[in-house]
Amino acid sequence: MLSLSSVCPGRKMASLRIRMQPCLFSVLLLNVLCSFVSALYFHIGETEKKCFIEEIPDETMIIGNYRTQLYDKQREEYLPATQGLGMFVEVKDPDDKVILSRQYGSEGRFTFTSHTPGEHQICLHSNSSKFSLFAGGMLRVHLDIQVGEHANNYAEIAAKDKLTELQLRVRQLVEQVDQIQKEQNYQRYREERFRQTSESTNQRVLWWSIVQTLILVAIGIWQMRHLKSFFEAKKLV
Amino acid sequence: MHGSLRVLLQVLWAQLLCGWVLGSELTFELPDNAKQCFYEDIIMGTKCTLEFQVVTGGHYDVDCRLEDPDGTTLYKEMKKQYDSFTFTAAKNGTYKFCFSNEFSTFTHKTVYFDFQVGDDPPLFPNENRVTALTQMESACVSIHEALKSVIDYQTHFRLREAQGRSRAEDLNTRVAFWSIGEAIILLVVSISQVVLLRSFFSDKKTTTTRVGS
Repeated sequence: MLSLSSVCPGRKMASLRIRMQPCLFSVLLLNVLCSFVSALYFHIGETEKKCFIEEIPDETMIIGNYRTQLYDKQREEYLPATQGLGMFVEVKDPDDKVILSRQYGSEGRFTFTSHTPGEHQICLHSNSSKFSLFAGGMLRVHLDIQVGEHANNYAEIAAKDKLTELQLRVRQLVEQVDQIQKEQNYQRYREERFRQTSESTNQRVLWWSIVQTLILVAIGIWQMRHLKSFFEAKKLV
Repeated sequence: MHGSLRVLLQVLWAQLLCGWVLGSELTFELPDNAKQCFYEDIIMGTKCTLEFQVVTGGHYDVDCRLEDPDGTTLYKEMKKQYDSFTFTAAKNGTYKFCFSNEFSTFTHKTVYFDFQVGDDPPLFPNENRVTALTQMESACVSIHEALKSVIDYQTHFRLREAQGRSRAEDLNTRVAFWSIGEAIILLVVSISQVVLLRSFFSDKKTTTTRVGS
């Protein structure tokens, strides 16, 4: 979010006092423009469910912002905002347990913190029960997902804890290092799982080879004995 | 009126100079025979980087294509496992990049991509100040950049490890199923061999007796 001081620099404030109104207007205009999530977008069908995977360590916060636009066939363009259009957001943790399952409006923001490290799945689909407009059309979804340190709002932190610029920078570095440390920890846990999987494969290959060889030998012996007794019975041997 | 318009234009120009920045990093699943496109509005002159990596699935390859607002292909690669492409936007407009798994018949792929547009947003709203940074502040900035590259390396390492681990887990389940399958096949084949052989001799006996009499 822009503050008044950023848009109308301090020194010029006095001379612009008379022109405060238009300055304020431009700030408001920019804020309105900025509050739209102008990130990456993609198209989604009516019943389509789009899922994104985030592999994160534990105690990491994720903030997702999205905005939807519906295609208007008459005007052949995307409407800026549509009433009544909602998106259903579902987040599953690595054990497939649902940790967030909510419906938001056409523009929304969802937040969650991971409690187990691993692959979290964020799924979005529209609740298109009300749409006749939607028939055959596509929905444009702007999405922005911020993970860990990127999810922090430094302007807010600076205001709340009353930090100077240098203190805020150091704080940002501390958050980054924290994130790196959590990721390293998670890496250690994953490497252990990988090692366990490899050792299990190793064991399985060993045991099954032995078992198969034994089966082969046993079957061979049984076959010969059985056929011998069969031929003896038939008086061919 | 003229004054306010000037202020508005200055403000908009300042905003453009700051560079609208955004970096999007997403991991999504691409089903077989599917294509997924992403779009982003970019201002002329912004330096952008697209980096992608296939995390799981098949031969770990995907087709990628990046187009500018006029439809000209800026980057096109088929069956690539990992790549990074940097370009400077020559036009204003919507750039489109697509990942395609249309060449694959039954493998789902998980694709990670990181699309950086411009530079990172400044820490403070009034970052574009006239005075130079103090030594402490520039030290902080360089540490921040170094940590960003550490996080970037960590991400790539995590993706490679995920790839290795998914292959190892696949191998593990495959070894189990195929071993059990082979043992069963072995038993079935050997028993049927004996049964078939017995049946040959039984038929021959009946024909010999018939011929004899």
